[in-house]
Amino acid sequence: MKNESYAYFPGCTQKGTATEYEMSSRTVSQALGIELVDIEDWSCCGSTPAHTVDHLLYGALAARNLALAEKLKLHTVVTPCPSCLVAFKNALALTQNDKMLKELNELIDIPFTGEIQAKSLLQIIFEEIGVDTLKEKIKKPLTGIKLAPYYGCILTRPPQRAQFDDPENPISMDRILEAIGSEVPEFPFKTECCGAAFGLPKRDLVLNLSAKIIDMAQDIGVDAIVVACPLCHQNLDLRQGQINALRGNPVELPILYFTQVIGLAIGFSPKEMGLNKHSVRVDRLLKKWEENLKE
Amino acid sequence: MENLDLSSIDKDFIEAVKNESGQDISHCYQCGNCTARCPLSFAFDIPVHKIMRLIQMGQKDTVLRSHAIWLCATCETCTTRCPCEVDVARVMDILRIMARKEDTVSEERIRRFYDAFLESVKQHGRLFEVGLLLRYNLRTGRPFADVELGPKLMGKGKLHFFPRNIEGVDAVKEIFKRFAKKRGS
Repeated sequence: MKNESYAYFPGCTQKGTATEYEMSSRTVSQALGIELVDIEDWSCCGSTPAHTVDHLLYGALAARNLALAEKLKLHTVVTPCPSCLVAFKNALALTQNDKMLKELNELIDIPFTGEIQAKSLLQIIFEEIGVDTLKEKIKKPLTGIKLAPYYGCILTRPPQRAQFDDPENPISMDRILEAIGSEVPEFPFKTECCGAAFGLPKRDLVLNLSAKIIDMAQDIGVDAIVVACPLCHQNLDLRQGQINALRGNPVELPILYFTQVIGLAIGFSPKEMGLNKHSVRVDRLLKKWEENLKE
Repeated sequence: MENLDLSSIDKDFIEAVKNESGQDISHCYQCGNCTARCPLSFAFDIPVHKIMRLIQMGQKDTVLRSHAIWLCATCETCTTRCPCEVDVARVMDILRIMARKEDTVSEERIRRFYDAFLESVKQHGRLFEVGLLLRYNLRTGRPFADVELGPKLMGKGKLHFFPRNIEGVDAVKEIFKRFAKKRGS
């Protein structure tokens, strides 16, 4: 099968706190035949802060990147980050209005047509690669490992914008996790909100909301929560010490990116998947997995 | 039940929200679906369905001074669940933009966080995470907030103490400049 090429937009956190998402996204994409072509000199998409200021500014910050991606003559820009994805989808929606398209072009220096489309890496893996092809690549299935698929807010909501999966009960990640051999229970909080960008200005809200998600996951007895968003990871993993101090529960729960677990199942090492970069240690999960593989 | 002084109905505000958001809020019949599933409702001073009602009643000041509009995390649950197809999350976003313009922002820390984020982007072309944390903490007078997270990130290639500007940083600065000029500020 010929590799399909996509314009790749990692997003700012991928170069910092979500470096393991970046590593695993690139490695797994390559292994699955997804060719990621870097958008040269990309800039911040604008994210949540920009859309509280003005939708033209928000659109323009995203549009600069989409315009750079259009220069690559590829049909789709792919990003692992849901917040970047939303920024792109919003900017593309603005281009339906000729006046807005003109205004966006007045703010950026690169011609922007809005003819490219934007998708998440999760969508590409689920729809373009598919679980059957994924299954063929599995060398070390995650047999006996119970994983809670956590989608967060904006990957599938609102449905008119997302155009992917189901807004109330998404199943794409469930199917991927099943395909790599893990056990996937019904996770009732799969689309709850982790508190999003309020970690710095309203930490208590984040700890409160994220604690509920971790509590539910522990109640149904999973070995880890699997996420597709760097901000969800930050709130659930990096802040888990703060969450546990607040709720008085010392039992830690690993938080993994979906790309990391795919990578493990394909045969990459935990180190190659950046599993040593989390705040919550994953040793126990890895030991259980290795023992299961021996059986 | 509160009484409403009819003279307090600001019709321009009703019209402005409609125009800016592209949403016809008169469609809202107060079913409460949005509030029922809003994950942040427990922290709101005014529940989101009531915000919609207050817009219908032209209560500009109450709406634009509310904490709720800033505590909304744009999770899009309300928009997804609204039976009248009102994009509630978009309306909340428009209200934040209006509150900024009217200088009636009730959640100073959230506004400062967003502003510090955008300043970082303007300065470097991308978000410089450590810089954002320091800038935000200093401006809000809490220099050591979240300092305990530092060791969890150390030695993992996650923390960069010096910003690296993108090559096109001037193009990004130019976007902010042209935007400010266009808006006349």
